[in-house]
Amino acid sequence: MYDFAYHRPTNLADAARLAKEAEAKLMAGGMTLIPTLKQRLAKPSAVIDLGAISDLVGIRVEGGRLTIGALTTHADVARSAEVRRTIPGLADLANGIGDPQVRNRGTIGGSLANNDPAADYPAAVLGLGATIQTNERSIAADDYFKGLFETALKEGEIITAVHFPIPEKAAYAKFPNPASRYAIIGVFIAKGPQGVRVAVTGAGNGVFRVKAMEDALAKNWSADAINDITVPASECNSDIHASSEYRAHLIGVMAKRAIQAAG
Amino acid sequence: MAPRDDGIGAAVRRKEDFRFLTGRGLYVDDIVRPGQLYAYILRSPHAHAEIRAIDTAKAMRAKGVVAVFTGADMAKDNVGSLPCGWQVKNKDGSPMNEPPHPPLAVDRVRHVGDPVAVVIADSREAAKDAAELVEIDYRPLPAVVSVAEAIKPGAPQVWDIAPGNTCYDWEIGDKAAVDAAFSRAHHVARIELVNNRLVPNAMEPRAAIGDFDPASGEYTLYTTSQNPHVIRLLMGAFVLHIPESKLRVYAPDVGGGFGSKIFHYAEEAIVTWAAGKVKRPVKWTAERSESFMTDAHGRDHVTRAELALDRDGKFLGLRVSTLANMGAYLSTFAPCVPTYLYATLLAGVYTTPAIYAEVRAVFTNTVPVDAYRGAGRPEATYLLERLVDVAAREMNIDPVEIRRRNFIAPDAFPYQTPVALQYDSGNYHATLDQALKAADWAGFPKRREEARKRGKLRGIGISTYIEACGIAPSNVVGALGARAGLYEAAEVRVHPTGTVTVFTGCHSHGQGHETTYAQLVAEGLGIPIENVEIVHGDTAKIPFGMGTYGSRSLAVGGSAIVRAMDKIIRKGKKIASHLLEAAEADIEFKDGKFTVAGTDRSKTFAEVALAAYVPHNYPLDELEPGLDETAFYDPKNFTFPAGCHICEVEIDPDTGVTQVVNFTAVDDVGRVINPMIVEGQVQGGVAQGIGQALLENCVYDENGQLLTGSMMDYTMPRADNLPSIAVSTHTTLCTHNPLGVKGCGEVGAIGAPPAVINAIVDALSSYGITHIDMPATPQRVWKAIQDARMKQAA
Repeated sequence: MYDFAYHRPTNLADAARLAKEAEAKLMAGGMTLIPTLKQRLAKPSAVIDLGAISDLVGIRVEGGRLTIGALTTHADVARSAEVRRTIPGLADLANGIGDPQVRNRGTIGGSLANNDPAADYPAAVLGLGATIQTNERSIAADDYFKGLFETALKEGEIITAVHFPIPEKAAYAKFPNPASRYAIIGVFIAKGPQGVRVAVTGAGNGVFRVKAMEDALAKNWSADAINDITVPASECNSDIHASSEYRAHLIGVMAKRAIQAAG
Repeated sequence: MAPRDDGIGAAVRRKEDFRFLTGRGLYVDDIVRPGQLYAYILRSPHAHAEIRAIDTAKAMRAKGVVAVFTGADMAKDNVGSLPCGWQVKNKDGSPMNEPPHPPLAVDRVRHVGDPVAVVIADSREAAKDAAELVEIDYRPLPAVVSVAEAIKPGAPQVWDIAPGNTCYDWEIGDKAAVDAAFSRAHHVARIELVNNRLVPNAMEPRAAIGDFDPASGEYTLYTTSQNPHVIRLLMGAFVLHIPESKLRVYAPDVGGGFGSKIFHYAEEAIVTWAAGKVKRPVKWTAERSESFMTDAHGRDHVTRAELALDRDGKFLGLRVSTLANMGAYLSTFAPCVPTYLYATLLAGVYTTPAIYAEVRAVFTNTVPVDAYRGAGRPEATYLLERLVDVAAREMNIDPVEIRRRNFIAPDAFPYQTPVALQYDSGNYHATLDQALKAADWAGFPKRREEARKRGKLRGIGISTYIEACGIAPSNVVGALGARAGLYEAAEVRVHPTGTVTVFTGCHSHGQGHETTYAQLVAEGLGIPIENVEIVHGDTAKIPFGMGTYGSRSLAVGGSAIVRAMDKIIRKGKKIASHLLEAAEADIEFKDGKFTVAGTDRSKTFAEVALAAYVPHNYPLDELEPGLDETAFYDPKNFTFPAGCHICEVEIDPDTGVTQVVNFTAVDDVGRVINPMIVEGQVQGGVAQGIGQALLENCVYDENGQLLTGSMMDYTMPRADNLPSIAVSTHTTLCTHNPLGVKGCGEVGAIGAPPAVINAIVDALSSYGITHIDMPATPQRVWKAIQDARMKQAA
């Protein structure tokens, strides 16, 4: 990797100040940034390691919602009794990310800030209609994801937590890439305070909702209700692992499996 | 006496595992030589390009840089071409086209990853930083990556000396006899298939350290090799012109090879030569992405084949035409893989009387292709076992029954095939019966029905394979074009107190030689296994050796150890006869004691050893002191492991995902020295076989860029892809080596792929699907189902 300055601030204010520097990069778990640095694909002037800001870690249920600190690891979400009790589908999702090494280092905030088009968390955040809390504001999930690796975050803005409304039913079904185990298709379906929401990751340039499925499921919560609903292949990516037709097909299959898993 | 718990046939725990499991192994990258520098190798980003200019001036001035070298620098020093160890001849008897292979490319690059320059600096990072300052002016040229494209008229030419990108156009067998067989056939079964290209991916990436001692003029190469003496010979004699007496090659612990570490690679020559130039040790360690684009790949065949059958399903003749990808250069043993290790196996376990195969080896702008676990034999087995299944289905004969009808009978050995090999022993009915029982073949319909109720398509597949190991009599391989002998050497050094060090020319990089060989020696000399040490991998210690590949370590290397032990025992008898004042002919050696026959007068092995080294009472006029013997063993034939693999799969028709739910392997590997190690070898081989069948695929785009250049896209098998594998053996002894052993390292990778694909085709047969190419990925299976449904609907 190229040389860079390394900062490890212990509070959010210092982190935000350091992050204003041009070409500085915030690092949470580093699961994407570090491989990128090692391959010399990025040349930041500074890396600001958020790992020492203890306020950013933790899981709590209050005010009818589940709040997960941005620096909470996937492993902690997967084994959290609060998550398991309130949104078991979210714990399942966290348990299926990467491998044990990644789950013990990677964080929810890092995943959402990076917004990989095949990452799992964006499906849960959009599917549950969560709110992204930053050091500056709250952003609704529907306003947060802006396509390929793009989000509503401004330069230097830091995610501090994610607030999830607690749904009546929710589940995630993922068809993993056989090599990377990222999602070729992941579908998160929730029925909750915001109605029925269906979010798909892995298919296109970023996570998206499938309105037709949501409407059908709102009328009839069953896998059969979406039998005839398809996402056009033209809206799906194609690569050596999955053609756009296959991806489009898998959206339907995974959506039904999510409904069945949600019960 | 009760059987020993550390001798032949005992499941002795591996002696080497303590150091591996506790992090005490010593790998090349663990070695740090005083004053060591680091090499970073600049590689071509283009599949095919002319190098117009290289400017290293800025890099030379960069911080920490000691030297920057290019192909021109090596050429100036008369560095030779990386040699090819096997010459195959064309149909007309002319030799194959054999292009040069400079360690650093000189004026043209021919695949992505082709080495172009080396930066040597005092740290890896400094070398990498400076490498970015090397300016290389490339003129990209059109590239060709697939064999099908490479043979088309007008295709880009990889080598001017190889028109039509042809390396060779080779044949074997009796074409006229095969034509005659087809003319009287009742049925002809046909298949076209791809044997998918694989990236070996040993756990330890390749690494090399070159070291030069100006005081002695000696070079040392530390390298990740399966055969250090072969590297010394090839690099010393052909590339760097260093006499063997001035070159030591040491391969310490090596973390897996699977064939990919047989070959002499450019980096070995680069660091050794550079160490001499800069007079300091130079280390290079591959990053994983470098492994993907520089380790020799495996397989990559496209084949058409036809099987002629009579009314009863007896095979009359087999006709095979194969295109084999060589990549951009000829790797060390590449030419023999799709010829003498492939087409000679096309008889399989069957009595097919007439076989003809032609193989065209083709250059492409890809990484060189060479031996990978099984090397040619998986390709032959996959082709044959798929074709037999196709024939069975078309003729409505049970796949087990058609195999039985065509098996070579247990009493037909030695059996001469129409494709050069003579099988010495085997019992294919026995391995088949044992596998059918172990897999509960008869109970399959019930399991299929149960799976159907769960919405799953269940299929069962079988393969009855044979392979050839223990390569091979030197005069035979010499006649076939090998440029080396293929014996093995061993030295058994008995120390004064009766402990033993064995020096073997084979190399252990996962096989467990330090245990298996120690068991042989403990049993052979009647001493405890703790008293036996096995030394391998160092040309400074070991007399000579051809190394480890082709499951030869026991059949050839173990036989050399037995021969050396025979010499030790013969000399021991002479010493004992003197000590015991008895005739040599009356001395018997058993259970570690030299005894005068019919008496209780004896000397232990240790007493005889001590007498040899402290020869106060010793026949010095007739016998030299000491007890240290070396043997070279040249095999009399190949060995022929064979067996039956049965695979059961369940396919989810909604997603195309295949899960292997049962896998049974019954293998005849000859005498088993350590059943635990044999089982481990079979398990690992089957895992690689399932990997090839379901997951692994090396993909280039049409411009020659490697799309599967990392673990993100190249699907290695993982634990959750694999079932529990039921392994057992059924033994017939090899008749021509002293241990009766055949070899077990490759059987899994050879037997498994057709069993898996036959099971998938069986599961999909209700859709009218008759073939699916490897790897049978979810997308491919789903697409096959979609296409079949459309066809059925139309």
